[in-house]
Amino acid sequence: MKEHLLRLWPEQASDYAVSVDWLVIGFTAMMVLFVVPVFVALWLFIWRYRRGRKADRDHRAQSNLPIELTWIILPFIGSLVVFLFSARLFFIARTPPADAMEIQVTARQWMWKFQHPGGQREINTVHVPARRAVKLTMISEDVIHSLFFPALRIKQDVLPGRYSMLWFQAEHSGTYEAYCAQYCGTDHAAMLARLVVLDPADYERWLQANGTQADLISQGETLYRQFGCGSCHGTASAPPLEGLYNQQVKLADGSQVLADDDYLRESIMLPQQKLVAGYAPIMPTYSNLLDEEAVQRLVAYLRALPAGPAKENP
Amino acid sequence: MSAPSYLHKQGLMSWFLTQDHKRIAVLYMITVTFFFFVGGLAASLIRIELVTPNGDLLTADGYNRAFTLHGVIMVWFFLIPSIPSVFGNFLVPIMIGAKDMAFPRLNLFSWYLLLGGGLFTLLALLLGGVDTGWTFYTPLSTMFSNGHVVAVICGVFIAGFSSIFTGINIIATVHTLRAPGMTWMRLPLFVWSMYATSIILVLATPVLAVTLILVAAEHLFQIGVFDPRLGGDPLLFQHLFWFYSHPAVYIMILPAMGVISELITASGHKRIFGYSFVAASSVAIAVIGFLVWGHHMFVAGQSMYASLAFSLLSFMVSIPSAIKAYNWSATLYKSDLTVTAPFLFALTFIGLFIIGGVTGLFLALLAADLHAHDTYFVVAHFHYIMVGAAVAGYFGALHFWWPKITGRLYPQLWGKITAVMIFCGFNLTFFPQFILGYLGMPRRYHTYDPDFQFLNVLSSAGASILAVAYALPFFYLLGSLRWGERAPMNPWEAAGLEWRIPSPPPTHNFEAPVIVDFEAYDYSPEARRDPL
Repeated sequence: MKEHLLRLWPEQASDYAVSVDWLVIGFTAMMVLFVVPVFVALWLFIWRYRRGRKADRDHRAQSNLPIELTWIILPFIGSLVVFLFSARLFFIARTPPADAMEIQVTARQWMWKFQHPGGQREINTVHVPARRAVKLTMISEDVIHSLFFPALRIKQDVLPGRYSMLWFQAEHSGTYEAYCAQYCGTDHAAMLARLVVLDPADYERWLQANGTQADLISQGETLYRQFGCGSCHGTASAPPLEGLYNQQVKLADGSQVLADDDYLRESIMLPQQKLVAGYAPIMPTYSNLLDEEAVQRLVAYLRALPAGPAKENP
Repeated sequence: MSAPSYLHKQGLMSWFLTQDHKRIAVLYMITVTFFFFVGGLAASLIRIELVTPNGDLLTADGYNRAFTLHGVIMVWFFLIPSIPSVFGNFLVPIMIGAKDMAFPRLNLFSWYLLLGGGLFTLLALLLGGVDTGWTFYTPLSTMFSNGHVVAVICGVFIAGFSSIFTGINIIATVHTLRAPGMTWMRLPLFVWSMYATSIILVLATPVLAVTLILVAAEHLFQIGVFDPRLGGDPLLFQHLFWFYSHPAVYIMILPAMGVISELITASGHKRIFGYSFVAASSVAIAVIGFLVWGHHMFVAGQSMYASLAFSLLSFMVSIPSAIKAYNWSATLYKSDLTVTAPFLFALTFIGLFIIGGVTGLFLALLAADLHAHDTYFVVAHFHYIMVGAAVAGYFGALHFWWPKITGRLYPQLWGKITAVMIFCGFNLTFFPQFILGYLGMPRRYHTYDPDFQFLNVLSSAGASILAVAYALPFFYLLGSLRWGERAPMNPWEAAGLEWRIPSPPPTHNFEAPVIVDFEAYDYSPEARRDPL
């Protein structure tokens, strides 16, 4: 990046960032309109009505309903308009496109770990393609962190025990700063990362150069075998996992739950929390055996398991 | 011969066992001044450390402990008790024509709670140190912190009862001890704002107490409330914490707004413009203020629809504040203005409050907050409100009622110099932080990107001016006790019951029972003529 003696505006790496800046500029202009009259009136009145200065002080008003209503209603309408503009942008920022490329993020005191769908893994640096929607699925192994990309104007807290999500589409290739924004203990200020945006062709080359034997799903499959998950799931003693993802699951307490990432993760780490109806609570916790990265791989595998009796039971 | 003043009795015991609301106010004043300097010292350490991008003065842990100490001490032991406990105590009974607070012994007990809780907290912070920040976010505070979290929490918990009792006392006093004829719509606006503040103190502080107990329980006994590994929910803590801590910001700013209404009218020698709107806006802020806590959690992982609702409500809560600012300016129209030191503090307040309020709206603006959240933009914003404006209000009150409290006049020129220095020093310190934040510098960073250095140096330079300005009144106000001229009953030619009794007031405030047959701010509706 270029050296600047004094930078006054952050870089814009996405179209979304440009929209946020325009919102901020527009809102600033509106605020100036509401605030300047106060300052002008203050200085004018201080100047005109100093004690000892001749001025017309007769018929001093004590209150004036139309004036009061004006300065209540105008800011009210103004804030509604701006609220709608910002709500629209916020909605975009919180709704990833369905075809977004997904990267898994694990945060811990004090580092960022990334896993690509192809199985590539990085620490404190993440490579992404330009002009393609990227969705980050994030979880923390200890305290709350927050992944912050100033050039994209977005951040999202990364929680322990629950996945959170961030998405963006960077337009321009380059290297951008990322920070941990949520105070997380001693070396909070050292929990930095770099976002490297590559042109799609360069990104493909980078993937090749850093490729591994297996992609995320098959790494998950390996774990699935290694930990013997199939020795119960796949028999009558445990619920089947094929096609489970995004289905409603009936629980022992009669309620229903959507089998999303969080549910799959919780069922691995704290299996006694949500028991599936009709099965005995025999599954042990895997929280001592698997770290969050491994769980992300397992979840990737479970998501990819096709419905129906595609896998023959042993 | 009139009755002896409340300061007449001598001896330490006459202070430590006093039930006189005025003496208790003075005890509070000494206490919060002490904590203000302790918190200020920690702030100085922080600003010196941040002059350079590298960590050279403090270690990472040392820095984290410094900003935790700064936050904890300033929030709970200076800002929250400052105006309510000092000036609320001194003025509310006098302003409504009462002899004392409704519960004088409870009042003294509240002071002991604040002092005890404060010293205990300070000791824990100095001897053990806590590195969680004043926000105690879980699971950092419960499972990962290496400091004396539980001890500090105990101290804050104890001091919380001081808040609750003070709130109860003020509410009871305003309801039951108003002099005959002192109707609600005749109350000075300072009393209205103290009343609104007390509602928050009584309703919000218990939530903090419960939350802190839960944190301590999880920390000590591994009871899973907030830590997901124990089956808890870390966001639950944030909901509970901000349910208290956002209204707590209004505990800090509402009393200051009440002070400004008094200073503006007294300087302008004119009734406030739109009395009922200004009074009602205090209550509106107190009520709506309870419904906006979620704007601290736009990026925390709460539901998108919750965020939308909290954003809209946060815009709504700004409107009563805008009403006040507009009415204050309108009050000066056709006024008879004397530009005194308290008036300059009022202007400082209005200037800083408007900047702080407007930048707060940027943070209520969802899309802007995703970027600015947890950066120096937030730091700058809440310092403009909680320090710039609230302390300007406190100092304004100090300079306005000092002659009444002590019976001495202080040099006006020094007061004016201080007010101007605070305004300039404050803006130099904190305005660059808005730019830093928008550039992306996160808060609570011990070291930072060298790109950010120039603005940080500006900020630290401003902080040194601010430090001098905040320390100055200590010298000339104390000096006035020895060398100051004796204050007359009404040095500012102001309306209000407190200006109709001697300075300093007698022990029971009024020598004869008060009957109120005049409106609040009963300045002449026409221009001031020659008084004779």
